[in-house]
Amino acid sequence: MKAALARLGSATLDSVGTLGRAALLLLRILEGQAEVARKPRLLLEQLFSVGVLTVLIVAVSGLFVGMVLSLQGYYVLSQFAAESTLGVMVAASLLRELGPVVTALLFAGRAGSALTAEIGLMKATEQLSGLEMMAVDPVRRVLAPRFLAGFLAMPLLAVLFSTLGVLGGWFVGVGLLGVDDGTWWGQMQARIDWSEDLGNGVVKSLVFGFVCTWIAVFRGYDCVPTSAGVSRATTRTVVHASLAVLGLDFVLTALMFR
Amino acid sequence: MRESMSTAERREETDEPLVRIRDLHFRRGGRTIFEGVDMDIPRGRVTAIMGPSGTGKTTLLKLIGGQLAPDRGTIEVDGRNVHALSRRALYRLRTRMGMLFQSGALLTDLDVFENVAFPLREHTRLNEPMLRKLVLLKLEAVGLRGARHLMPAQLSGGMARRVALARAMALDPMMILYDEPFTGQDPISMGVLVKLIRRLNDAARLTSILVSHDVQETCAIADWVYVISDGKVIESGPPRRLLESGSEWTRQFMHGLPDGPVPFHYPAPDLERDLFGEAA
Repeated sequence: MKAALARLGSATLDSVGTLGRAALLLLRILEGQAEVARKPRLLLEQLFSVGVLTVLIVAVSGLFVGMVLSLQGYYVLSQFAAESTLGVMVAASLLRELGPVVTALLFAGRAGSALTAEIGLMKATEQLSGLEMMAVDPVRRVLAPRFLAGFLAMPLLAVLFSTLGVLGGWFVGVGLLGVDDGTWWGQMQARIDWSEDLGNGVVKSLVFGFVCTWIAVFRGYDCVPTSAGVSRATTRTVVHASLAVLGLDFVLTALMFR
Repeated sequence: MRESMSTAERREETDEPLVRIRDLHFRRGGRTIFEGVDMDIPRGRVTAIMGPSGTGKTTLLKLIGGQLAPDRGTIEVDGRNVHALSRRALYRLRTRMGMLFQSGALLTDLDVFENVAFPLREHTRLNEPMLRKLVLLKLEAVGLRGARHLMPAQLSGGMARRVALARAMALDPMMILYDEPFTGQDPISMGVLVKLIRRLNDAARLTSILVSHDVQETCAIADWVYVISDGKVIESGPPRRLLESGSEWTRQFMHGLPDGPVPFHYPAPDLERDLFGEAA
């Protein structure tokens, strides 16, 4: 009993310590944005590796998620003779939930893990120490541009995911299942709200981008500089970022769509 | 600026040590690494810090460079207490220090030229032709001008360290810290590095601090050697004096004797009991 309590206490202290280190690092990263503003090339390089290289998996996933959504939606809606609202259902599901959430999960797996592994390996191979000894702050030079790139790339990727999802859904709904083309787009235009649906989806993406990238860069920077340490940090990034996205999605949805 | 230059020049003229370590205490993970270490690193010399693996030699370099903070005691570099400096002042001081890491620590996404150019691009506003000339001169000094287009992954261990040395020299520092420069080198690379460290130190009027446990190579170029173990300075002096030291410990380390005050066996229970007694 005593030992279990001691373990619990130690785990709690560890978690509080980790949270504190992560918060302090975030402050330094936010301070470091001044450096990114002075050297926009650093941001462009990271937008490419964090954003552009994630486009393919997000685009393909969006297309298939939209197709499946349309297929499943049609079977349910057609039972109530409501298949004309299929376009609205697909678009609302994608813009409000699936776009931001699935993009964030894919982002955590693809870009988040890559960020952690890259920063962790830079630490393990003393590149971060080398920068410090060259009087270059690695938080400003390495972490700050990666963080901003992740934050900016996420909403763009989510919009791409939703756009391709709608097109995939249209292909299945209109092209294969015979829903009327005009009804598909007309209902969507009439019922989808810019601020309620699209705006809230983008806000969710910005929050997910912030949290996922924060977790990824922190895990890389804080990892034990060995191969096992980098591997553990990479796994933690994917698990923690995914859980954070799902938890935050519930909170944001509860706040946004009352 | 002029005043600070003249202060620096005055210091150089005196015999005041470049690095002064006093009563250094440092613990990590519950283990004592240093316990009351005092050291003076003279200007313009090659000073070696030697000792068995795990005695905290690399930690000492990190303490001198301000990457770690001591629990007690002070480290002064060029008259300034490293750990009392603001982050900005510490970074300014680091532009006058170079450090050669054991792994080279080259930036893997930049080629050799860009690695050497990196500190110049970060800290100076040199135009491109001038920067190119400077980088090529630094690379020429380490014999790798022809390798400027190679990526770090294409370099041998010895070449990577020479590039790292050119990079450490890029801003013409007052001091270079070498972390185990000879470890894992073949005899030719080792010979090249030994010669380079001494030659660069004398030609550029540097101060070099060399952390190593390669006795022969280090003694060949060092002017002064500190031997550390168990968190303390065991002995210090010119290499020849240490090689002939009366201390059993120093003699065992300097001559690589397998047994002595540092036992061959890690502490363990009696062999017979361990083999035939109860299972552990």
